[in-house]
Amino acid sequence: MTAVTRKPMIRLENVHKQFGPLEVLKGVSATVNQGEMVCLIGSSGSGKTTLLRCLNLLEVPTSGSIWIGGMEITAPGVSMTDVRRETGMVFQHFNLFPHMSVLRNLMLAPIKVRGLGYEEAEATALSLLAKVGLSDKADAYPRQLSGGQQQRVAIARAMAMKPEVLLFDEATSALDPEMTGEVLKVMRQLSDDGMTMMVVTHEMAFAREAAHRVMFLAEGQVVEYDTPEVVFGNPNHPKTRQFLQNVLKI
Amino acid sequence: MVNWGLILSEIQNGNLIYGALYTLGITASSVTIGVILGLIIAMLRLSKSPWLRLPAMAYVEALRGTPMLVQILLFYFGIFPLLGFNRAPAVYAGIIAAGLNSGAYLGEIFRGGILSIDKGQREAALSLGLKNHQVMRFVILPQALANALPAIGNEFVTMIKDSSLVSVIAVSELTYRAMLVAARHYEYFTMYVGIALIYFLMTFTISRVLARLEKHLRRGHVA
Repeated sequence: MTAVTRKPMIRLENVHKQFGPLEVLKGVSATVNQGEMVCLIGSSGSGKTTLLRCLNLLEVPTSGSIWIGGMEITAPGVSMTDVRRETGMVFQHFNLFPHMSVLRNLMLAPIKVRGLGYEEAEATALSLLAKVGLSDKADAYPRQLSGGQQQRVAIARAMAMKPEVLLFDEATSALDPEMTGEVLKVMRQLSDDGMTMMVVTHEMAFAREAAHRVMFLAEGQVVEYDTPEVVFGNPNHPKTRQFLQNVLKI
Repeated sequence: MVNWGLILSEIQNGNLIYGALYTLGITASSVTIGVILGLIIAMLRLSKSPWLRLPAMAYVEALRGTPMLVQILLFYFGIFPLLGFNRAPAVYAGIIAAGLNSGAYLGEIFRGGILSIDKGQREAALSLGLKNHQVMRFVILPQALANALPAIGNEFVTMIKDSSLVSVIAVSELTYRAMLVAARHYEYFTMYVGIALIYFLMTFTISRVLARLEKHLRRGHVA
């Protein structure tokens, strides 16, 4: 693992999110340092996906502040487009564009959002495909690929925008166990390269081995946020212990 | 009985051929207008602003709720003169009236097509930093239009048949020419059987071609 700096990349301050009468996030405050991979764990409905989606404003927090890099993304007048080009997201169901080849999927945003020329965008796309081990699939269409391959393309697509932060929303939940491995390997490699990552996951083994820190959420609040050794080995809070007992069946 | 000789001679002298070409021309022009208008209508109907949404809705309801024959008559004898086109050829009035009608139907088809695209597509595009209009143009619309392609083809085939309605304002398309020949020779049965066959030949051929085209365009979408 490369060294994690002490420079904060993501900062959340008392973030609330309400959907109608339902308060999903009840005042979340946390800091993620540059180069850190943080795994978010918790039962469904605990707010971990909503928290992730607040970080690229797919959900707008009801109150509270979020900083990414130096920018307060919750400040009034901030352009959502500016926020989103700095934060890549990988989805549970891949969400590749089915009418475009793999290469085109990777080139669309760099050309249309970053204003890159065709050749530059193509070169970046090809090198990213090589990185995720799919050089030979550049001209394939998403539906010709397996789930694991599609997700690796989706990761490369997010990386093509050269974001400061990558967000993963249950990126392996829709995959067979054998395909899960190939995707986790790519994620681990990105982390080793120093990418700041927020990873919502049910893969406890991955969180334990690969994460720098693990955040446990319950009922819209951060219950525990520490190194995997502490969260899995010696959790402070009974809720964490209960959750781990349920998922790890120990 | 059917006087095949008369049909053949009307084909050989070019009369029915020109009629069929006229029919195809009117169809192609009005469906083109319909596709463009339909896209605009679909966008307006999906808009958040009621000032855009409600007029588009009223337009669709009005055009789908009245007969196309009446729309053609109203357009040619009412609206065209009102706009000062008293001496404009009837064919333009026919094409525009049919296009306006087609736009209402295609607008609904496109709207359904846009709504049928998974919301994950929009979220993925937004998460990459694309603006709303870029998401629509590069991600949603290409997929929605590919899905709507059979419906556009259908509209084309329907319009080949419905364009016969413009004969009522003396546009010399297939039906109008057949009416004139039939009256001149007193051969109604013959001429209407004749053009029925020609219409069928056109719609059948075109639906085959469209089926092929669709298969070709969908190649990238199947495993």
